[in-house]
Amino acid sequence: MDATDKELIAAVLDGDASSFEPLVERYQPRVFATARRYARREDEVEDIVQEIFIKAYQKLSTYRAEAPFEHWLMRMAVRTCYDFLRKHQRNREHNVTEISAEENDWLENVGEDTTEREAHRDAAKALVDRLLEGLSPDFRLVITLLEIEEKSVKEIAELTGWSVSLVKVRAYRARNQMRKMLARVAPEKYL
Amino acid sequence: MKLDQIIEKLLSTARKDQPSDRVPYAFEKRIMAQIADLPSAAEDLWAAWSRLLWRAVAPCAAVAVLTAMAWFSVSPAQPDRAMLDPELEEIVAMAIELPAE
Repeated sequence: MDATDKELIAAVLDGDASSFEPLVERYQPRVFATARRYARREDEVEDIVQEIFIKAYQKLSTYRAEAPFEHWLMRMAVRTCYDFLRKHQRNREHNVTEISAEENDWLENVGEDTTEREAHRDAAKALVDRLLEGLSPDFRLVITLLEIEEKSVKEIAELTGWSVSLVKVRAYRARNQMRKMLARVAPEKYL
Repeated sequence: MKLDQIIEKLLSTARKDQPSDRVPYAFEKRIMAQIADLPSAAEDLWAAWSRLLWRAVAPCAAVAVLTAMAWFSVSPAQPDRAMLDPELEEIVAMAIELPAE
């Protein structure tokens, strides 16, 4: 029978570092999926995941077992991803107004059924990625957690360490910023 | 179509597109190799603090020895000759004698 998280953590804290490996194996798929929401390049994703697990190992003695280990780890994952976004903010600033022909087609036909087709779905995905990358790190994080991962405001507050009201304010402003960016893409159509 | 509706459509596309949870081969081994170079997670702050103190012993001792050497290498202060000047002594003596007159 597999050891529980609690048993493995106790073993690591007793000095058996190898007991950390099953914890990594158990949670790495989820941590990879989270990191892939914020970093596009695979080498960046691997660096983020590595940093998350190393931080988790170093701070394991601060884990109080009041909540499941997974929650504690995911909080660390979200905060590390946020740090990554802040560090790479300058590299990611780009002109959202320069959209591809496919993305433009998607916007042109957005009200029609054709938008559900595979090619159009890819264009929509590229466009939403472009919009998210144009947002500031805090706005991107809040939109990703609230609108894409569909987490509650309270959950986001716990994950990020922000207050509930700050999450709400940032979510409102982030949506406004997305609206402005989208309006810049096709001003003749929406303004 | 309004901007909000377009944003909603874009976000719903993003919602359907779940990122992959694929893990590179033996990734956990890579993490464990990194962890092997780190101090143990069991180590508490006091242990880290005492290790730092022990590491500081040699440099502190070296600084103490150098300071002592510098202190003793400087010649001891000489009494100020001006203070022992006979003229000054005379003035002081006069001051003492004056009330007696």
